[in-house]
Amino acid sequence: MADMSLKKRRAVSVRARRVIAYVVLILLSFLCLFWFYVLFINATRSNGELAKGFTAIPSTHLLKNLNNVLFHGAQDPIRGMINSFIVAASSAVLSTYFSTMTAYAIHAYRFKGRKAIYTFILAVMMIPTQVTALGFIKWMTKLHLMNNFAPLVVPTIAAPVTFFYMKQYMDSVLSPSLLEAARIDGAGEFRTFNIIALPLMKPAIAVQMVFTFVSSWNNYFTPALILKDKAKKTLPILLAELRGADFMKFDMGQVYAMIAFSIFPVIIVYLFLSRYIVGGVTAGGVKE
Amino acid sequence: MKGSGTAAVRGSHRVNRHNRWGYIFLIPFFAVFVIFQLIPLVQTFYYSFFENYMSGLRQVGPNFIGWANYKKLLVSGDLWAYTKNTMIMWILGFVPQIFFSLLLSAWFTDPSLRLRGQRFFKTVIYLPNLIMAAAFSMLFFTLFANKGPINSLLIQLGIFSKPYKFMSHVGSVRGLVAFMNFLMWFGNTTILLMAGMMGIDTNLFEAAEVDGATSTQIFWKITLPLLKPILVYVMITSLIGGLQMFDVPQILTNGSGNPNRCAMTLIMYLNKHLYSKNYGMAGALSVLLFLITAVLSILVFRLTNADAVEKGEH
Repeated sequence: MADMSLKKRRAVSVRARRVIAYVVLILLSFLCLFWFYVLFINATRSNGELAKGFTAIPSTHLLKNLNNVLFHGAQDPIRGMINSFIVAASSAVLSTYFSTMTAYAIHAYRFKGRKAIYTFILAVMMIPTQVTALGFIKWMTKLHLMNNFAPLVVPTIAAPVTFFYMKQYMDSVLSPSLLEAARIDGAGEFRTFNIIALPLMKPAIAVQMVFTFVSSWNNYFTPALILKDKAKKTLPILLAELRGADFMKFDMGQVYAMIAFSIFPVIIVYLFLSRYIVGGVTAGGVKE
Repeated sequence: MKGSGTAAVRGSHRVNRHNRWGYIFLIPFFAVFVIFQLIPLVQTFYYSFFENYMSGLRQVGPNFIGWANYKKLLVSGDLWAYTKNTMIMWILGFVPQIFFSLLLSAWFTDPSLRLRGQRFFKTVIYLPNLIMAAAFSMLFFTLFANKGPINSLLIQLGIFSKPYKFMSHVGSVRGLVAFMNFLMWFGNTTILLMAGMMGIDTNLFEAAEVDGATSTQIFWKITLPLLKPILVYVMITSLIGGLQMFDVPQILTNGSGNPNRCAMTLIMYLNKHLYSKNYGMAGALSVLLFLITAVLSILVFRLTNADAVEKGEH
């Protein structure tokens, strides 16, 4: 009897907890999505419609707003997007390739100071880019690299976080015997890395490419210090300028269209890749 | 795999000869590290000891002045005010972040709940993390403007009778910054904590359940203590990230941190010095931030290392 009632009570409590869990999850999901929904709605409305207040129903001015902001505005968001893309894509390629190479050095070879170098790379992981910014801009000025994409792209070659992820992944896919077999076949060391190791690392490289791309794409602090030329500016810089302008006098439809133009492409790509991205978060963050 | 031992022995001589390649493969990392991180870091330290700023169009310095920049920085109230701002906004965002992340990860990993649509929820809560912080804060600025859609919504719903000036009150500006940080990070933390929870031996839960423990008891007595290392890791890395808070308050307040510079963070302060070419002060501030981060990082390092050793023994 007592046992039965205990079980029943358990079942009721599980059901109740499940309801609470769903309610909280739905509320949090709403909090995550609501802003983007309003952004979408407002990007479809004209300035006059926007002045009338909030509505949940889209209007018909999306293309007109986009056309205005992309081709007839004070800024050049398309140029900004291309610049952002060049910087982010080259960072993603260089960072993952060379981080894999660094991880390979530590993984495949036994040399003097190997442990110390490994520890050192992990130790510099936490140096925030902001605290080196002063020396960085002075030094880049001296090297005539201001207004150049190189200071934003090349430093990503030394990416301890990506390195660490690659090293972890390598431990599970690259056995010493495999590399030894390649050597017996007479492959050179570079060839072994490029032909044997790199293809095995593809899944890890894909995950890290996405993360490097996103963090470079979203980066505002350093690009804002380096890129002063109008034709070189990336999207985050343009958004900061939009905030600085006295835009309340502007056509608000255009302001929303500009924000939508910077946010929605990322959301669309994310919907396709979300499985890999969400799966990739843990693999690098916490040790297995 | 069985043969790898003998192959390694047979090939050990050959392998030794190859090992110098380890250094060669490390060249790109270290070349880039030295040129783009180490030299700038050393220069930052160097400049922190010089008087060097723009007075109008005239450049003052660089003249060596020893610790004077540090003294000026520590004596001025600004540093402490901005440290306080940064900490307040970090804590306001971090408390709900850790609360909801714990709750959600406990629910997601609870086998008795069997929640459906987990993939959907995880995708949605992680989404804000990928959004460009500059765009996200610009969006919030327009949405919470005096004549923006949030005010009109609240008036249409009859909650407010006139628009609330979100951007003119200390509480609402700090609150918005913290809220955005919360939205951007709780999904990420949830996923990290889930990995930690799934690593806990399920036998422990089953045993507790057989002994009649409620799910609340299980959470407080088993899950939480075993999760402590990850929780501390999340907290310190979040604190390090919090010290670097910049994009959101910078764009939301257009770099001013107003009203009353209540949302001015340490990195916004640094950014201001860099833009006004006040290099001496920028250097001193950078060095201080570097030292604080270094101490916190050592804590993380100790922690994760201790954790690894512990796991290795089992």
